[in-house]
Amino acid sequence: MRKVNQKGWLFVLPVVILVAFNALIPMMTVVNYSVQETFGDNVFFWHGLGWFEDILKSDRFQAALGRQAFFTFLILIIEVPLGVIIALSMPRKGFWVPVCLVTMALPMLIPWNVVGAMWNIFTLPDIGLLGYFLNHVLGVTYDMTQNPTAAWITIITMDVWHWTSLVVLLCYAGLVSIPDAYYQAAKIDGASNWAVFRYIQLPKMKQVLTIAVLLRFMDSFNVYTEPFVLTGGGPGNSTTLLSIDLVKIALGQFDLGPAAAMSLIYFAITLFASWLFYTLMTRHDVK
Amino acid sequence: MRKRSIIPILYIAFLMLPIYWLVAMSFKTTQEILGGFSLFPQTWTLASYRTIFTDPTWYWGYINSIAYVTINTVISVTVALPAAYAFSRYRFLGDKQLFFWLLTNRMAPAAVFALPFFQLYSAVGLFDTYWAVAMAHCLFNIPLAVWILEGFMGGVPKELDETAFVDGYSFPRFFLKIFLPTIKAGVGVAAFFCFMFSWVELLLAKTLTAVYAKPIAATMTKTASSAGYELGLLAAAGTLTIIPGAIVIWFVRNYIAKGFALGRV
Repeated sequence: MRKVNQKGWLFVLPVVILVAFNALIPMMTVVNYSVQETFGDNVFFWHGLGWFEDILKSDRFQAALGRQAFFTFLILIIEVPLGVIIALSMPRKGFWVPVCLVTMALPMLIPWNVVGAMWNIFTLPDIGLLGYFLNHVLGVTYDMTQNPTAAWITIITMDVWHWTSLVVLLCYAGLVSIPDAYYQAAKIDGASNWAVFRYIQLPKMKQVLTIAVLLRFMDSFNVYTEPFVLTGGGPGNSTTLLSIDLVKIALGQFDLGPAAAMSLIYFAITLFASWLFYTLMTRHDVK
Repeated sequence: MRKRSIIPILYIAFLMLPIYWLVAMSFKTTQEILGGFSLFPQTWTLASYRTIFTDPTWYWGYINSIAYVTINTVISVTVALPAAYAFSRYRFLGDKQLFFWLLTNRMAPAAVFALPFFQLYSAVGLFDTYWAVAMAHCLFNIPLAVWILEGFMGGVPKELDETAFVDGYSFPRFFLKIFLPTIKAGVGVAAFFCFMFSWVELLLAKTLTAVYAKPIAATMTKTASSAGYELGLLAAAGTLTIIPGAIVIWFVRNYIAKGFALGRV
């Protein structure tokens, strides 16, 4: 058991000061804007909860939230099973292990706007590798700047390309921690591949899989740069996710009140998810 | 070769294709790029790279990015070390709530903070400096570093601390001479992740800089829109942003999976 020692506060003080500076002051600014109305010249009026009401009722917000939720949903049902399958078929030891790990982690180390730019170049209809292949070799008409479905498929594929490795690496970390003896025992018992997966591998992966699912949930819910660089929210508003819409309102139109109210609602949703995450994680830690 | 190695091979091929295309593009001439489709560069040219290495607005972008990423990594890991030790060894008033509050900042959408950050760092006079970006990235990197280090420290038995204190080590000496070397893999992994997330983040870095501290990624976006369709240049700049990541990842390759599991495997 950990000892009770209030000196712990001294150890965490630098962290608290730095993070509080970055988190609390901007948060107070946001709260401040969210309850005020302005007509310019830095003159502000009390507006109560009006902005929150407007935002929650507005079609634009609901549509953006819907698109964001749909995006996250697709990401999770594609990336998680795919990541598990890849992790299961990866080699456990030998020369190819570091090669796999490094090449798989590489997409995650590329700046997010470069990821967007790279996929833009990759999918250009006439001179991009994928765009050319689809249009001129397979004969499918593909132009993501015109067709909303193509744009959606592209941002989803891009995210799968970018982040599936996170799930793979996490599951892999869980898998290599299984002692060989477990597999030998299963072999002696004549267990099928499915039984090995269900009763040995899956339970061992449960904790890392929880981390993976929730990290992917949160990061895909907050995603901004890659889809913004790739599609700019278009064609039309078809790929305008919540974060893209928020930046448009805050930095583009400088509508501080609605943007602040929207930020707080957005943050409340992620906060709820974080709480869920934390509860699940600590429950595992106790065991 | 086993039959199932086909899955990782296909997956890695899928990962490498867009990267290959970016690199191939960077060696092509603008004429060739716009002229039509070619799988390999027909005439190899280093012109795009030459532009980047001779034009100060380009290469300063790289220096700026590396500068704030380094400052951020050093700050984050340094302050996270004692905090992670406290979380893993002591119980104190509000520790659970504090840990949770730290995590919420890792989860906060950067889009929420862009505007207030701009105002905050303008107000304290740090706007357009390395420090502004380095400090702003602390928002999500410190919680991450605390989290990873706490995971690694949790794997070190408490008897190590107790034995050292019985042997008459003072706390600072124990921490630096015994504890740090024990968890050095964790420190490396935490530093790697701080580097990574500070390197790939753009929204805050772009919002907090204008001229003197502008990151390479922002230089790229501006060039892409102002100078028309300079795809070769854009591809070359993109290729160069992959290299630092590829270098640092090699050093932590054996720990990377454990790091992504936040030290909890």
